[in-house]
Amino acid sequence: MITLEHMLVLSGLLFALSVAGIFINRKNVILLLMCIELLLLSANFNFVAFSRYLGNIDGQVFVFFILTVAAAESAIGLAILVVLFRQRRSIDVEDMASLKG
Amino acid sequence: MNDTTFSLAAILPAMPEIYLTGAICVLLLFDVFFALKRPERTATFALLLLLGGAAITLATHEFGVRQVLFDSMYIADDLGMLLKLASFVFVAVALFYSNDYLARRKLQQGEYYVLTLTALLGILVLTSAGNLLSVYVGIELLSLSLYALVAFDRDNGIAAEAAMKYFVLGAIASGTLLYGMSLIYGLSGSLSLQVINHAFSGEPSLGLILGLAMVVVAIAFKFGAVPFHMWVPDVYQGAPTSVTLLVASAPKIASFAVAYRLLAEGLGDATGTWTQMLAILAVLSLVAGNIIAIAQTNLRRMLAYSAISNVGFILLGFVTGTSAGYQASLYFTIVYVMVVLGTFGVILLGSRNGYEADELDDYKGLAARDPSLAFIMAVFMFSTAGIPPFVGFWAKLRVIEALIGADHIWLSGVAVLMSVIGAFYYLRVVWLMYFDAPGDRPRGEPRLSLRFVVGVNAAAALALGLMPDALLDVCLKVVRPG
Repeated sequence: MITLEHMLVLSGLLFALSVAGIFINRKNVILLLMCIELLLLSANFNFVAFSRYLGNIDGQVFVFFILTVAAAESAIGLAILVVLFRQRRSIDVEDMASLKG
Repeated sequence: MNDTTFSLAAILPAMPEIYLTGAICVLLLFDVFFALKRPERTATFALLLLLGGAAITLATHEFGVRQVLFDSMYIADDLGMLLKLASFVFVAVALFYSNDYLARRKLQQGEYYVLTLTALLGILVLTSAGNLLSVYVGIELLSLSLYALVAFDRDNGIAAEAAMKYFVLGAIASGTLLYGMSLIYGLSGSLSLQVINHAFSGEPSLGLILGLAMVVVAIAFKFGAVPFHMWVPDVYQGAPTSVTLLVASAPKIASFAVAYRLLAEGLGDATGTWTQMLAILAVLSLVAGNIIAIAQTNLRRMLAYSAISNVGFILLGFVTGTSAGYQASLYFTIVYVMVVLGTFGVILLGSRNGYEADELDDYKGLAARDPSLAFIMAVFMFSTAGIPPFVGFWAKLRVIEALIGADHIWLSGVAVLMSVIGAFYYLRVVWLMYFDAPGDRPRGEPRLSLRFVVGVNAAAALALGLMPDALLDVCLKVVRPG
């Protein structure tokens, strides 16, 4: 039997995994974008689990909004990445250090 | 039983948002059909649309009435009206300041104005948010537009880097916000702030407090409060100056609105929980912002740290948890945004092709080269530093009074001490302009219409300082004593 707790633990793990991915990853910006998607999906997972548990549809409606915004967000993220790549010929995280202070 | 009949009167209070959404579509079409070869037409049209929006906000508002629409999604009240009006006006002023800068750098394209208006739409949604969903949609609408605007100058590698940093950090903040919201939703059973407030009265569970903490982290990020401020200096310095002007001005109103709607109004019964979190953020912002700003050589980066320290002041108003504190915060926010617009207006006025006028050295001996511009800049610097009789003084005084009124003597001491330290780097700019030898810098150009409006902006900072009660009374009226 899968209970609410299992769901919450899984979404917590996904959240922790994506945050760890963002902070440990020192190489590739595309990996950052993937971790951000995972971050949003872990919140989605929580919303769906709670929505089912509470018998309240609001959470699932929220998920549709998150999915739509996430799509727009990755579109903008990739667009910025393309601009960056044309300037630098690199998508290395460590190359992004010209602004400091 | 839900009322399913549709009537115009039921949506009338949301008219500013509806108007702006329509205006964005019209602007997109206008740009394609009438302004392909002449982008300055789009600029003028966008300004007219914004002024129309300000007029509609005033015309459709019923004063003194608080209406809750769309199943508690949308709150229409006097505070929302004031914030919307201020946002329309401030964005219009920001666009007016930017036109010349954009035209010189070949950035004057229709998309720039459309993105500015969508960012404004996000701000409007936030000022009236009554539900976690509308808070989220508003924040994303604002943030996504700003990410794109920061990277708008495609040939500028620094701007692209700033945009990427802003985007990644902003997306992490959104993820944290959503995760916190999902916890609050699960444990309170609703997305409506009214219902959530009931869940927080009494003994809130650990999960609820964790959810609230994550939401506060996201708000602190949007404000740019320490320790979630990493994006602020990079974006201020990296983005085109016109975009920095936009990021620095109207979104601060949105941050105030979201903090007020979500925390002060929405979670008023949990004041004890979130004021402690905000107190830490406020003190850190004041200390770090003011001290790091001293070490800057770039004016825009210095203003970024100044923004961080001023956000500390806005948060201090919330720390009191009293309506006097919220009124002080509101007053401070509006005054700060007005002055910061003028400051960046001066930078834009001084910039030329390939010369941004954003290093502190560029201001050496400005008084000899361009006395009127130096005088205007001095007014803004004195005001931000909080020196009487300029308006910034009264704004700081109000916040400190509210803090003392709520028995936060220690916090008010920190605020005063940090204002004194902060005054150093604002006055250094004045010192450079008036008492340093003029360097070999290009002469300023007249650009009379722009100069006139920046001058009016400076006059407003002085006039509101001489008659502080005018704006203050409005702020006292719109924030209801809770």
